[in-house]
Amino acid sequence: MSERAVKSPLLKKGAVAGFFRKYTMILALILVTMVFNFWPGAEGKILLPANVTALIAENAYVFVLSTGMLLCILTGGNIDLSVGSVLCFSAAIGCTMMANGADPWLSTLVMLLIGLAIGIFQGFWIAKIRVPAFIATLAGMYAFRGFTNVVLDGMRVDVTNQAFLDVFGNGKTSYIPDFIRQSIPSLDAVFTKDNTALAKIIGENFIAKFNVTCMTIGIIGAILFVVIKAINIVKQKKLGIQQSIPGQIISTAIIALMTLWIAFKLSCSRGFPMILIWIGLVLGIYAYITNKTTFGRHLYAVGGNEKATALSGVKTRNVYWLAYANMGLLAGLAGVLTAARAKGIDPVYGEGYEMDAIASCFIGGASAYGGTGKISGMIIGAILMGVINKGMYIIGVDANFQKVIKGLVLLLAVMFDVLSNKKKR
Amino acid sequence: MAKVLLEMKNITKTFPGVKALDNVNFQVEEGEIHALVGENGAGKSTLMNVLSGIYPYGTYEGDIIYNGQVCKHNNIKDSEKLGIVIIHQELALVPEMTIGENMYLGNERGHKFAINWNETYAEADRYLKMVGLTESSKVKVNTIGTGKQQLVEIAKALAKHAKLLILDEPTSSLNEEDSRALLDLMLSFKKQGMTMIIITHKLNEVAYVADKITVLRDGTTIETIDNHGPEPVSEERIIKGMVGREMTNRFPKRENVEIGDISLEVKDWTVHHPIYVERKVVDNVSMNVRKGEVVGIYGLMGAGRTELAMSIFGYTYGTDFSGKLFLNGKETKLKHSAADAIKHKIAYVTEDRKGNGLVLPQSIKVNTSLANLRAISKSTVIDGDKEYAVAEEYRSKLKTKTPTVEQLVGNLSGGNQQKVLLAKWMFAGPDILILDEPTRGIDVGAKYEIYCIINDLAAAGKSVILISSELPEVLGMSDRIYIMNEAKIVGEMKASEATQENIMATILGSGKGDEA
Repeated sequence: MSERAVKSPLLKKGAVAGFFRKYTMILALILVTMVFNFWPGAEGKILLPANVTALIAENAYVFVLSTGMLLCILTGGNIDLSVGSVLCFSAAIGCTMMANGADPWLSTLVMLLIGLAIGIFQGFWIAKIRVPAFIATLAGMYAFRGFTNVVLDGMRVDVTNQAFLDVFGNGKTSYIPDFIRQSIPSLDAVFTKDNTALAKIIGENFIAKFNVTCMTIGIIGAILFVVIKAINIVKQKKLGIQQSIPGQIISTAIIALMTLWIAFKLSCSRGFPMILIWIGLVLGIYAYITNKTTFGRHLYAVGGNEKATALSGVKTRNVYWLAYANMGLLAGLAGVLTAARAKGIDPVYGEGYEMDAIASCFIGGASAYGGTGKISGMIIGAILMGVINKGMYIIGVDANFQKVIKGLVLLLAVMFDVLSNKKKR
Repeated sequence: MAKVLLEMKNITKTFPGVKALDNVNFQVEEGEIHALVGENGAGKSTLMNVLSGIYPYGTYEGDIIYNGQVCKHNNIKDSEKLGIVIIHQELALVPEMTIGENMYLGNERGHKFAINWNETYAEADRYLKMVGLTESSKVKVNTIGTGKQQLVEIAKALAKHAKLLILDEPTSSLNEEDSRALLDLMLSFKKQGMTMIIITHKLNEVAYVADKITVLRDGTTIETIDNHGPEPVSEERIIKGMVGREMTNRFPKRENVEIGDISLEVKDWTVHHPIYVERKVVDNVSMNVRKGEVVGIYGLMGAGRTELAMSIFGYTYGTDFSGKLFLNGKETKLKHSAADAIKHKIAYVTEDRKGNGLVLPQSIKVNTSLANLRAISKSTVIDGDKEYAVAEEYRSKLKTKTPTVEQLVGNLSGGNQQKVLLAKWMFAGPDILILDEPTRGIDVGAKYEIYCIINDLAAAGKSVILISSELPEVLGMSDRIYIMNEAKIVGEMKASEATQENIMATILGSGKGDEA
């Protein structure tokens, strides 16, 4: 409270505690992964390339929905309960169109637009009429689930269009082909079991099919990330912005290594999945929007203090509206991805997805009162949930108990957040 | 010599990396009113929090001896059992509950599973009478004014059988009349033998009620002044102890500022209350301000000053507006939004910096740029470096005390928060600044710095409207003064002609005063 007390978080004494507080969820993620990795009877299974690939594919919708949800939560802890139903409804219409012979790209566009339209519609009630978000979207959750059933007539509709499935990620074909190995056939001689040195690193079972393109993408990505971070650190130093350089180096190193490691795992499996491109695109775009644009700034400001923001000349109601419209759009996109992955749509798809998205945001450190939370945190939250799901499946936890454990994890994560904020005071 | 009721011996309280209190000694005698003064961050609130058990025994060093016994409070309940009751600066009442429910919140009458409402309300009414309130305790708290709410807080403390009452800035949200009534109530309690500690920034109040004055500075006790001399202790004398130097001039002089043409003028400006639409909150007001001029608007709380200011600022308060607004001589119709007012180079610096002014969980940098993001962004993409540079510029210009502009505003002291708020509006590039109580709740040193900023603004040719309920401030800072009462402008005078007496006389002559 006093001016002098302000300095305390920067003092060296608290640096270690500060580091742990800042990277709690990354540490928790590593810890949880290790627990599953060394679980008796399932040693090493969770980190098998096929499982890493599956983890990403299975959780695509979580990443996309959580991104939209985070924006809503930022405005003041508002959530959107309707996303699961909206996802299913837009996918139902798109799939029905495709089943009746419509162009797959037109159908995709329609799915996105339906999502957007629903988002605008719900945002109108929330932003302009000031219906509490919880209630407006609860209404949407019921209504659009009902509409879905009407559209689908209670039946599943299959998608057979291969181009659609390839682009939005399903099956053996929806990976970036290994064009490096295809164009340089001599590489086949390098990646054989006989090359024992390399085989030891990559693993005998994987070396023959090792996807060089995927690994290259990973390496380029990691290098790019490190370079950008380094430039930023230097720039901040020049401007005299106070920063914890060791902390930044550690976090940069962790993220770069994780990128390389995931790329490696994917290369051992089938390569770079198309769906990861979509996830990466969404996360990248929204990380940029929240960090760098005025709209992003307005989201944080409205969540932090709506009145002050309004008196600063920001049209706060439009900020809400935009957040919910965007949520609808992303629900539409998640519908596209879900339909592609499941090769069709079933009237019950998307049930409970809203809760996964909400949980990821809160585990990832978003405040339930709005105003704080980051895309990067949410990613960690979503991966943590995914690892827990997958891990429990692998070690054979009963499905009912899986839910219990997920609930406890959410409670623990938020409890930790609350407690560590309390200590900061 | 009266008996010593409370003695705090060698109290040291450390927060991680900071000594908030360093060997503080503090003694209160039975039946006296003891004022605790000091700049923000001097450690007044920390000391009281130690006393009341908010910081439990063991988290500080030193001893609290109350009534001859060493206290080891673990929480507020423990200290309240002994009759030590603290009334916090911010009102802690639940607006939607009745007075009676509020008074016995956490202290319910009757059985845990069967509250005795008759007893609750009967007792509550009894205590309300003691503080001079005639309201029934069955009235909801949000239907009475802030002055009365403060009295309810005191009644609530009495209901806890307070022997030592601690009042933390009890008058900071009260107008002068209510403040005076509260202070008189304190004096009457004293006659009945109650002991009180009052923390306040208003030094005239200190001189009026206190028997003794203890000055804290930077976490240490500087001195205890006896207020029983033939002459009351002068404000200058107290300030000297607080800031450690003589403050010969509380208001910096403005030199050679040329006053130019009228930049903003309103004529027959009338605004109605947003909910009780038949009520006029601003009634037929005409006023103007010139370039390079500081115009003071003095009025008691509830006189309609904030309502006038906010209605000018893009109609952000009120409903059913009428009257004309002229900017630089031209009649202008603003849209009903703050954004349009900002576009027309009007800024309104709110009186409620935490509620309406700042985004507390965000950094100084983010707050500084919020009202003018356009200036630091290109097609909606924010230039982070530019933003940082702007925040730094204002930090050094306004001498905001902070290790870095990345610091969260919620962690700053009141004076520094006020500077961030001013920085935000200065960066918005206005020609006309309406400052609503810009020095409320901040300490003397920071006040002086804010006055200097106001002078710089005027010197740069800006028009400043200074709204304040502190008469000396209005008199010391303004070129011209409007006096507002009951939604009307009841007088206008040049600063050279104005005195405390004729301003108060104008208000009293204009009506029966404010009754809220």
